[in-house]
Amino acid sequence: MAAPKTLFEKVWEQHVVAEPAGEPPILYIDLQLVHEVTSPQAFEGLRLAGRKLRRPDRHIATVDHNVPTTSAQDRLVIADQIAAAQVNALRKNCAEFGVEFFDVQDRSQGIVHMIGPELGATKPGMTIVCGDSHTSTHGAFGALAFGIGTSEVEHVMATQTLSQPKPKTFRITVDGELPFGVTAKDIILAIIGEIGTDGATGYAVEYAGSAIRALSMEGRMTICNMSIEAGARAGMIAPDETTFAYLKGRRFSPQGTAWDEAVAQWKTLPTDEGATFDRELHIDATELAPGVTWGTSPGMYANIDGTVPTLNDAKTEADKKSFARAYEYMDLKPGTPMSDIKVDAVFVGSCTNGRIEDLRAAADIVKGQHIATTVRAMVVPGSQAVKRQAEEEGLDTIFKSAGFEWREPGCSMCLGMNPDILSPGERCASTSNRNFEGRQGRGGRTHLVSPEMAAAAAIAGHFTDVRKWKQ
Amino acid sequence: MEPINVLTSTAVPLPLPNIDTDQIIPKQFLKRIERTGYGDFLFYDWRYNLDSPAKEPNPDFVLNKPEYKGSQILIAEKNFGCGSSREHAAWAINQYGFRAVIAPTFADIFFSNAGKNGIILVRLSEDDVKTLLDRSTKNSKHEITINLEAQTVTDNEGFSAHFDIDPFRKYCLINGLDDIGLTLRHVADLDKFEAKHDKEFWSAPKGAM
Repeated sequence: MAAPKTLFEKVWEQHVVAEPAGEPPILYIDLQLVHEVTSPQAFEGLRLAGRKLRRPDRHIATVDHNVPTTSAQDRLVIADQIAAAQVNALRKNCAEFGVEFFDVQDRSQGIVHMIGPELGATKPGMTIVCGDSHTSTHGAFGALAFGIGTSEVEHVMATQTLSQPKPKTFRITVDGELPFGVTAKDIILAIIGEIGTDGATGYAVEYAGSAIRALSMEGRMTICNMSIEAGARAGMIAPDETTFAYLKGRRFSPQGTAWDEAVAQWKTLPTDEGATFDRELHIDATELAPGVTWGTSPGMYANIDGTVPTLNDAKTEADKKSFARAYEYMDLKPGTPMSDIKVDAVFVGSCTNGRIEDLRAAADIVKGQHIATTVRAMVVPGSQAVKRQAEEEGLDTIFKSAGFEWREPGCSMCLGMNPDILSPGERCASTSNRNFEGRQGRGGRTHLVSPEMAAAAAIAGHFTDVRKWKQ
Repeated sequence: MEPINVLTSTAVPLPLPNIDTDQIIPKQFLKRIERTGYGDFLFYDWRYNLDSPAKEPNPDFVLNKPEYKGSQILIAEKNFGCGSSREHAAWAINQYGFRAVIAPTFADIFFSNAGKNGIILVRLSEDDVKTLLDRSTKNSKHEITINLEAQTVTDNEGFSAHFDIDPFRKYCLINGLDDIGLTLRHVADLDKFEAKHDKEFWSAPKGAM
């Protein structure tokens, strides 16, 4: 019998094209997702070298990072000339190189990491790359998916491969039932808080355990999405019935007998009994609480019923220095109860938490209530499909009645490349993935939370424990 | 990519951990479609006084201190380059004039991007990095030599350390090699693999190929 293998090893081995002596293995890439920000220089590189895309059919492109979210009209004629030129460059490049492109008002437009799964382009066992660090999202389907830089984007365009050192393996097992009010976002924030923002550097992480198995695909995507925030090369979850049910009938999913054959193949992917990992970590889901980041790194995390940590809580000298700098940037005093922190802005959206389930959860909290007078709040659906679905369910009405702005799809205030940014000093409860200095706008202060926690903060005007939320 | 082997230079100390790519180059410069012209935007939010209309250089930030002008080596603490995959961070570092960064650890994607742009990333122990940071902070004339062939870092105050680097990455840096060309040497293997792999319809992004 063959030696037991991990999910990662199986996917890796099925994609090794060559293992030249003294060089990293050459890995075949099944799908590259392309967006406006990290692709223009790659297309230009191809043009200068007289190269073509080896496999245009293994590429899908859309616009997400810098498109305005205010109105359809603002997106068709983008006021920011530099952003408009970048979007136009992608349009022209896709036409010239033969890449299928979902333009700004296309029914399938959305954040790249939303539309891959929605189209059924993301499938178990595939290798998927994109010039974006949150490509790890697609690992929720049992794909090996990771972010790359623009030189590598060009490399994949030209060769459909990457020269890749093999990462080590790391299994994070989350067992037990999640308490009420605790979400996938809280699981991943707790993991990053535990292992640190470089805790998984050099590893492909597999998330396992009963708490992971119990999650929907949306929840699994939230977890894999933020793997990069722990430094991981990739995050993966074994495909199961939940995965297959999500994919069945989607536009690019196999149909008929091909579907059955694909499912049979996918069922061979989960980690074999007895397979070993380079590293293991166990988390007890029953002990988790809703979390809020307090500082300028996703690892600076506290439970909602906790306080901003003191310098004594810093584990190393480097952490102490980071804490001190974060107190100042975030304008917070150590020891402050998290629930005393007031917010000025609330952002619900992003490739981390801009899916239909996230919007439903936030709508449940705000239904029949109104945001605090001191707060501005917006919901930015992650894709056109999510926006349509939410509108069919009447979620847009719930949000608008509660005082939220209801926007067009895109990355928006997650990184503020478009006009959706915080003002200096503004404090935001955000369902996104990074709380770095200036991430949502220069001087802006970001606290990462789940959609439920963001929604509750919008109503209360400060962070509040959703476990005690009264309708 | 410009070949590089031995680099001797003064160094800019940036004694902070987890310097993310949003700090190295903020988002607003990612809208450009060019590959050059990023050097002026390196560490933009820290480097310029953005509250003033003239956006004059912030005199307290190390890159603006005249004594550190022209340095080709940057030294920082752990997890340098974490966050976004933007290669603009590597372009900005390179185009500012840095040819090497020394730190205890680097984030994965940045590590890869730096290699594609001929930037030497040197991983030393936290203690060694602290020694070099302290010396460069105290003395802007503190001079460091990185020898890629020998995999050593030395300075003009008696410091000496060995560093590890993947042999293939070292070979590419020393020879300034273009990656796509290297892969295309294996095009026969690729053709063969792809013909077989295409039949695995589950792997096709758009249904059966």
